[in-house]
Amino acid sequence: MDSTAITPDMTVNLAGIPLRNPVMTASGTFGYGEEFAEYVDLESIGAMVTKGLSLKARAGNPTPRIVETPGGMLNAIGLQNVGIDAFIAKKIPFLRTVDTPVIANFFGATIDEYAEMARRLDQIPELAGLEVNISCPNVKQGGIVFGTDPACAFDVISACRKATGKPLIVKLSPNVTDVVVMAKACQDAGADALSLINTLTGMAIDLNRRRPILANITGGFSGPAIKPIALRMVWQVARAVKLPIIGIGGIMNATDALEFMLAGATAVQVGTASFINPGAAQQIAADMEAWLSAHAVADIKSLIGALET
Amino acid sequence: MQFTSMILSNAEVSPGYWRMRMTAPPEFASAVPGQFVMVRVSGAIDPLLRRPFGIFDVGSYTPQQSGAAIQPCFEMLYRVVGKGTALLATLHANDLLDVLGPLGTGFTLGEANEEKLIVGGGVGLAPLYLLAKELVKASKVRLFAGGRTRDDILCITEFERLGVECYTATEDGSLGECGLVTEALVRRLDQLQGRATIFACGPHGMLNAVAGIAAGRNIPCQVSLEGYMACGVGACLGCVAPGRTHSAETPDFRCVCTEGPVFEAGELKWRD
Repeated sequence: MDSTAITPDMTVNLAGIPLRNPVMTASGTFGYGEEFAEYVDLESIGAMVTKGLSLKARAGNPTPRIVETPGGMLNAIGLQNVGIDAFIAKKIPFLRTVDTPVIANFFGATIDEYAEMARRLDQIPELAGLEVNISCPNVKQGGIVFGTDPACAFDVISACRKATGKPLIVKLSPNVTDVVVMAKACQDAGADALSLINTLTGMAIDLNRRRPILANITGGFSGPAIKPIALRMVWQVARAVKLPIIGIGGIMNATDALEFMLAGATAVQVGTASFINPGAAQQIAADMEAWLSAHAVADIKSLIGALET
Repeated sequence: MQFTSMILSNAEVSPGYWRMRMTAPPEFASAVPGQFVMVRVSGAIDPLLRRPFGIFDVGSYTPQQSGAAIQPCFEMLYRVVGKGTALLATLHANDLLDVLGPLGTGFTLGEANEEKLIVGGGVGLAPLYLLAKELVKASKVRLFAGGRTRDDILCITEFERLGVECYTATEDGSLGECGLVTEALVRRLDQLQGRATIFACGPHGMLNAVAGIAAGRNIPCQVSLEGYMACGVGACLGCVAPGRTHSAETPDFRCVCTEGPVFEAGELKWRD
């Protein structure tokens, strides 16, 4: 590195949550943080998002729940989680020791349940913010029902908004005709930020057995194969709403992450990449900083939405 | 731990089955029988995910350069079943692999001097050799190895060299008894005097049968499960297996990668 090399400012502000860098871990791909402590310096990443939480523990779907496809994977976990009480009792004590913002991802089966979850999570001082999952493709109730109808989304986000003063992020589904309509409905309902995209609904078939590979038949498609779709949706939404956006979808390296920022993302979430390389989020943050240094970009915030068209 | 491993050898030991020897860091010597590794077979995005493999053996090797220190190494026994394992089979000595491990909860060796009965089906033998190596130090060990044909009966000579008494069974009768390996196990159990523990790894149907046999005779039994998994560290929740009291109302899914892959058979839910 030459003597003129700069140390770039990597900090961003996500709807009031200060992040040391824009790299977050995506819900459902990083457990509750502790699972990765051996592989990642948890205080080197921007923020952690928990596995999706519900009022009661959930069993999830039967197996097989996962199948690999070219450049990606399908999952149909079915929102298995420990439930909010066990989260508070067993997961928060560890998360309290980590100096990195923790965002709780949550869902419910009804609007009342969503609101109740928001109210209960609001009481947990260790949480920097909440991410509402209205976009899980793998469960019959909740999730995607609220994520595909703008009027339903407006109602559920309004109810959550009334229940919490913490920054409220809404995770959007790509499985809609027009993601911008959904984004606007969430903005109107009082969301503080949007994260997109959740997985795309897909399926895989075992030809010789003439059966679907996943027990759930369909699953959520993630991984590098979905990046172009995610980039397009982030770009569309960024032009249409004022809220900060968290870009998600197939981010495997710093180049991918920086592309999302150019498209309009304030921060990014690393998901499937953490399965392949548990240290992916830390590596991506470090490599982004190196790219900024090499290209004499003093402040990463200057890249947000800086796409030239 | 995550490390870069150099392949020392990679050879087909039976049609479709390969054995790979590779370098490991010194900490790897503490691997417990039954633990596994997650291997990235290529740096490209297809195949995307790591592949889980049982640890067949842990040892050391002396590099060929004069004066080089003895290095730790480990072995995997794998079957070519798809794109990832097919790619693995094309690799050669000196190729590098990204490895995560040792992972998971392995076998509990149990008491000395009781009879240890090991049951393996096909590539299910993979984690059982390191187990046998430990068990022979304090107990009489018998191996029951089964497969469809003789090609599925792997590395028996290695087990025999440890002093393990081996019984083989194939469904087509091409090696050992004609029939299921569980039949040979039952016959041995009928003659059993004193205490024993069963250890099993193989196809789920075989494990189901072994668990039933063990439960019926009140013999402790540990099984090593397989599962589709993306991460190997307890995050993706792809590889879960239902616990004994599991139901939709009282969920009790166990993570094969972290709580397993080895479980007490009685902890899991089996088909009747």
